[in-house]
Amino acid sequence: MKNYIKLVSITLFTLLFVACSSDDDAAPEPVNEEELITTMIVTLSNGPDQVVLYYQDIDGEDGPGAEILTVSGPLTANTTYDGAIRLLNESDEEVEEITEEIEEEDDEHQFFYTIGTGLDVATEYEDEDENGNPVGLSFTLTTGAASSGSLTFTLQHEPTKPNDGLDVAGGETDIEKSFDLVVQ
Amino acid sequence: MKYCIIITLLLSCVMYSQNCNHSLEGYVLDFHNGEPIAGATLKIENSQLHTISDSNGKFIINNLCESFIELIVSHISCDKKTVEIDIKNNIQTTIYLEHHIEELEMIAIKGNNSNNGAISAQKEKIDKKIIDNFSSESLGTILKQAKGVSSINTGNKIVKPVINGLHSSRIAIMNNNVRMEDQEWGIEHAPNIDVNAIDNITVIKGSNALAYAGDAIGGIVVLKPLRYLNKDTLYGKTIAGFQSNGLGYNLNSMLSKNFKNGWFANGNVGYKQNGDLKSPDYNLTNTGAKSFSGSVIMGYQKFEYGFEANLSYIDNTMGILSASHIGNVGDLVNAIDNAEPRIINDFSYTVNSPKQEVSHLLGKINFYKRFSALGKLSIQYDYQNNHRFEFDKRIGDDRNKPAVDLELITQNLKSDLMIDKFDNSTIYLGVTGRYQENIANPETGVRRLIPDYEKMDVSIYGIWNTIFNDKLKTDFGVRYDYNFIDAQKYYKTSRWEERGYSEDFSDFIVDDLGTQLLTNPIFVYHNISLSAGLIYSINKNNDLIFNYGLSSRPPNPSELFSDGLHHSAARIELGDLRLTKEISNRVGLSYQLETNKINLSVDTFINQINDFIYLKPTGTQTTIRGAFPVWEYFKTNASLVGIDTSIDYQFTKLWSLNSSFSYVYGQNTEEDIPLIDIPAFKLNNAINYKLKKWNHLNVRLAHEWVGRQNRYPNYNFETYIPTTGEYVEVDISTPPDAYQLIHLFGDVTFLFNHEFNLNFMIGITNIFNTNYREYLNRLRYYADDTGRNITIQIKFNY
Repeated sequence: MKNYIKLVSITLFTLLFVACSSDDDAAPEPVNEEELITTMIVTLSNGPDQVVLYYQDIDGEDGPGAEILTVSGPLTANTTYDGAIRLLNESDEEVEEITEEIEEEDDEHQFFYTIGTGLDVATEYEDEDENGNPVGLSFTLTTGAASSGSLTFTLQHEPTKPNDGLDVAGGETDIEKSFDLVVQ
Repeated sequence: MKYCIIITLLLSCVMYSQNCNHSLEGYVLDFHNGEPIAGATLKIENSQLHTISDSNGKFIINNLCESFIELIVSHISCDKKTVEIDIKNNIQTTIYLEHHIEELEMIAIKGNNSNNGAISAQKEKIDKKIIDNFSSESLGTILKQAKGVSSINTGNKIVKPVINGLHSSRIAIMNNNVRMEDQEWGIEHAPNIDVNAIDNITVIKGSNALAYAGDAIGGIVVLKPLRYLNKDTLYGKTIAGFQSNGLGYNLNSMLSKNFKNGWFANGNVGYKQNGDLKSPDYNLTNTGAKSFSGSVIMGYQKFEYGFEANLSYIDNTMGILSASHIGNVGDLVNAIDNAEPRIINDFSYTVNSPKQEVSHLLGKINFYKRFSALGKLSIQYDYQNNHRFEFDKRIGDDRNKPAVDLELITQNLKSDLMIDKFDNSTIYLGVTGRYQENIANPETGVRRLIPDYEKMDVSIYGIWNTIFNDKLKTDFGVRYDYNFIDAQKYYKTSRWEERGYSEDFSDFIVDDLGTQLLTNPIFVYHNISLSAGLIYSINKNNDLIFNYGLSSRPPNPSELFSDGLHHSAARIELGDLRLTKEISNRVGLSYQLETNKINLSVDTFINQINDFIYLKPTGTQTTIRGAFPVWEYFKTNASLVGIDTSIDYQFTKLWSLNSSFSYVYGQNTEEDIPLIDIPAFKLNNAINYKLKKWNHLNVRLAHEWVGRQNRYPNYNFETYIPTTGEYVEVDISTPPDAYQLIHLFGDVTFLFNHEFNLNFMIGITNIFNTNYREYLNRLRYYADDTGRNITIQIKFNY
């Protein structure tokens, strides 16, 4: 009988232990998503003639939300545009300039510009990292005859530098976005 | 003290012997079952008085003087027992005798084999010798030595066991009677076990060991530490090894001190490290790993009662193949198309991101007491702290910040009662309470993969084993599990709506932060598990074993709450709050033949799982990185049917042969397509040569053949590659080709004296440096598996 009393008391103790493990319902802190790129703004300018390529995915890579992709207007034929790329993290109220982080580690990053079939434009790098290799945050875009097609911006992290183009550069892709451009 | 008593006693006998007509009568009973022991000799120390118990265990000794006596009770199959009695009047007493130590050991071993009740379960055993030979390897690699067990790998060091086609949350690992809680839900989360602290391993296929778990529908891995003997001894073991592939080394030392009076203490410490491993043609950059482990156990054991306290710690750092960290699906296409990984650097011990750093602390204390004519009661409390960091390739200030920082704390209190008083039956009863807390650190700057949660489990079980006669044994078990999970998760508002949760789960919402919602999902599950089995001995050599198991597994946190980009797999994984528990009905049938020359074992099974949870691609999602496939957790009905066979044949005293094969057929019966990640047909053969007179020489030549998995679901998808302007098919489904590997192992043991011996082992795996990729290695898209490896290992026993 004594044994059974012990047994019952142990069982009760076990249950008590479980019951006592009460929770503290403090809400966990929300995570501030860092190094997320929500927005890419490519500004092509030739004096007052300015064309803006804009991409935004406000809920980030994980979110299913609708993306915004706009091209402000057509490019003028036979013109050289100065191009600048700006990257932002707008997921939080405090907007983060990702461009600065890329500039700080420019030897580990490179933008590539892929011109789709039909589009008559040419690009050239206008910046260098500490080793004299291109980074691609600023570039020139020279248009040829009237045409249309896609222009793809690819940002590679840790590519082989210098390299002979995206196909052989390696590294992992941080950005890959295409814009449909019209030259007229 | 004892001497004092005897001296006092002698004095009292000499000096005060006056009244000498007292009597002492009583019964001698078996401690176990309370049955009378006949023929026990009862003798009074320092006197001629003695008697023998009769068939009812009754005895009587007359003409005793008023004194303090020592009564010595002995029986042929029992331990001698001395009882001190103060004789004043006529005294009645009951004396319980225990079985001999050797017999207790036998009982303990028998108990071991029965695995807390599941005598009819399909089991595989791995002994210390095999564990020692794989001292530098992971638990998962060792478990593959058992037939029917394969592994799912992320590279060569992150190895998870797969039992009869099932893995992760469907397998429970019992480490010295503590259920490992180390975030086992993830495919890239390997068990945190120091293999050098293990004495033997039993793999139980299916869910029949209900004393351990009710939700392990795949199986249970039972790891047992060394057993301690009640004798005065000090012994130890040191293993030092070197591996040519990855220039790895390992060192492990164990020291054990036992006392005759029941106290014991044991310490174990080990360190191992390797640099980048090598496939036959190139270095596998960033596959270095290091591991530190240590444990102490101390305790006291007597037949009637005892305790054990155990503290163990392991800290693993594991590099993940650099080339496997990819940015988008285009990178995955490139990896699949290229024969070589895109990053190949010179050999290094340095481990960079991506990498995992996981520590696991386990503390346990356990008491037991045997009650006469009842059985053994044990109570155990254990505490586990699992801390996992995962580092991705990141930029800027976040470079050295982990992307995953999860701390899982589990406390467990359990009590088990084994009733062995009946001759032909043993009953096991138990109750367990568990509290678990997961803390996801928000400082990572990456959305939590697994949310903060609290979990409470209560379970109760009973198992009844019966031996009907020489031919028939049965077991029957029932278990109830209550699970309560209380999570606090942030959902992106867009995801919450896209999943349709706003209709079904709006009451979970606690706070609205604009783009994010804080939710508080609470789930309760009630699960009933059953097991039943019988062993029929056709004759001395032939056994037929049948078993049935019903078990349920509630969805794990990953299946419920995942919602994000999984970088190593280049896919977005989405959990589902609507998932319900999996219910498995498994039937096993085994045949065993054991003769002097042949050991044959055939295990077959059918496992029908309703609401089986699995990942399936449902489309692609475009992001700034490009497109990613979306994989969602779904439920279906699944059927697994399989056979594991092994044969050991002893040709002569010197030569023997082992051969085994395993096959699993896995089908998604709702969609009528094969299940993903089912191991391919596997055949193992080995020829052994043993020559005792030549320093216990053992040579083993092993052949391993793994077929191509031809039954796989086609989950390929198309993706647009902007740089080429084309759509391409991403072939993530096609399994790699079949492969065969040859391994050679040899060892000699030099016996210096009975206390000191030295074992020297050399092993060559993948002798021919064969190139191969394994279907169940998640890095198979990126690189070949490892090439030839030569292991040299020295083991001292002292």
